[in-house]
Amino acid sequence: RDIQPAAMFKLVTSLAKVQQTGSLLGFSTGTTVRGIVTAKLPDLPYDYGALQPVISAQIMELHHKKHHAAYVANYNIAATQSAEAEAKNDLATMIKLQGAIKFNGGGHVNHSIFWTNLCPPKDYSPPTGELLTLLEARWKSLDNFTAAFNASAAGVQGSGWGWLGLNKATGGLEIATTANQDPLSTTPLIPILGVDVWEHAYYLDYKNVRPDYLKAVWQVINWKNVADRLAEAKK
Amino acid sequence: HRLAHPSSYYSYLAAMAFTLPALPYDVSALEPYIDSTTMTIHHSKHHQAYITNLNNALDKFPELKTLGLVELNASVGTDALPKDIATVVRNNGGGHWNHSFFWKVMTAPSATNGPSDDLKNLLDSSFGSLDTMKEKFNGAAASRFGSGWAWLGLKADGSLGITSTPNQDNPLQPVADEKMTPILALDVWEHAYYLKYQNRRPEYISAFWNVVNWEQVSLNLTEAKAGGVPGV
Repeated sequence: RDIQPAAMFKLVTSLAKVQQTGSLLGFSTGTTVRGIVTAKLPDLPYDYGALQPVISAQIMELHHKKHHAAYVANYNIAATQSAEAEAKNDLATMIKLQGAIKFNGGGHVNHSIFWTNLCPPKDYSPPTGELLTLLEARWKSLDNFTAAFNASAAGVQGSGWGWLGLNKATGGLEIATTANQDPLSTTPLIPILGVDVWEHAYYLDYKNVRPDYLKAVWQVINWKNVADRLAEAKK
Repeated sequence: HRLAHPSSYYSYLAAMAFTLPALPYDVSALEPYIDSTTMTIHHSKHHQAYITNLNNALDKFPELKTLGLVELNASVGTDALPKDIATVVRNNGGGHWNHSFFWKVMTAPSATNGPSDDLKNLLDSSFGSLDTMKEKFNGAAASRFGSGWAWLGLKADGSLGITSTPNQDNPLQPVADEKMTPILALDVWEHAYYLKYQNRRPEYISAFWNVVNWEQVSLNLTEAKAGGVPGV
């Protein structure tokens, strides 16, 4: 236990950071088991049907109660097993579990951000203030931004996410994508808006037509939350 | 290269295109295990899109059309593919071969009589039993995170093996972790099962065994043993 491999240390401290900022940004954490904090499925800030007709109640319920819940459950299993392995100095097993921790932990991180990035269509209001300034600085207009974001997100091969993130080094916003459940923390950007483009996020409503989902989703984007995340990210 | 070929040949190449193969059965043939709507969308939208994208990419490099679909897949990750279209060919050349192969290894539940003796023997020697092979295959299919495929294939050492690949990669491609000649495949992209099974991928995987075209799988094995790649 005295010799902490660099990779494991980085993982543990970044997970701790996630947990810290998590409580500020709405991540749910559960109880402490064997010195690790387990994940907990957060409640949605709205009813399953609240995003209709853009995203159906059926999708929201499956997405939250089944998909996100499974990431939480499987992350907790993997994290617990990893802690047990660590207690036995079984580095080989810890490394073997890193895939499951990344998949499922990433799934929990990403979906926790996503739910807060959405709001009912009746509550929609466009971006203002600092957020709007930064969007316009890079893309000239909100329309240009959404077109660029959609082109990027539509182009994700297989499963993944479209992101708007803050580049702290430049102070500017950037569009990015990640594969599978890789969180944006695998890049230098801090996520402020994520759009799930796994097929489970839209298939029941939009079938194969991911571009239609991407066109429609802007009606339910919670720009106030995106602005809050931007403010937090700049600290 | 262009000087060596008369313009009429070049026009011929430019006009060549991959086309969507017809399903070997009605869209409802795999019910209730795989539903008609999924088969319709999967075939006429998803598979068609891979073909359209592949054709568009190859229009920029028409000479590559002469390679054929299998060679294109065998070129993924090598210098044979120009950097410009390497990713598009990987995703869409992979997607076209994978789906063409997939439709053929399925059939109506009543239309199959199980594995040939040859296949059965190789399954037994490679896995112990058909059931053990199914368990391993199911495990590979269930644990492929995100989009991808599960494969049963003939390995270089003459035994059968199981692997899974991400996205539209397949074991014909040099980028694959494990090389083998596929004889059976299962699409585990969510579009392959979500309308009927939603998040319940393991249920879909179990149901799949009801629609396996064992005669085609046995034919695929014969072809693979002869050093070929199953025709699609």
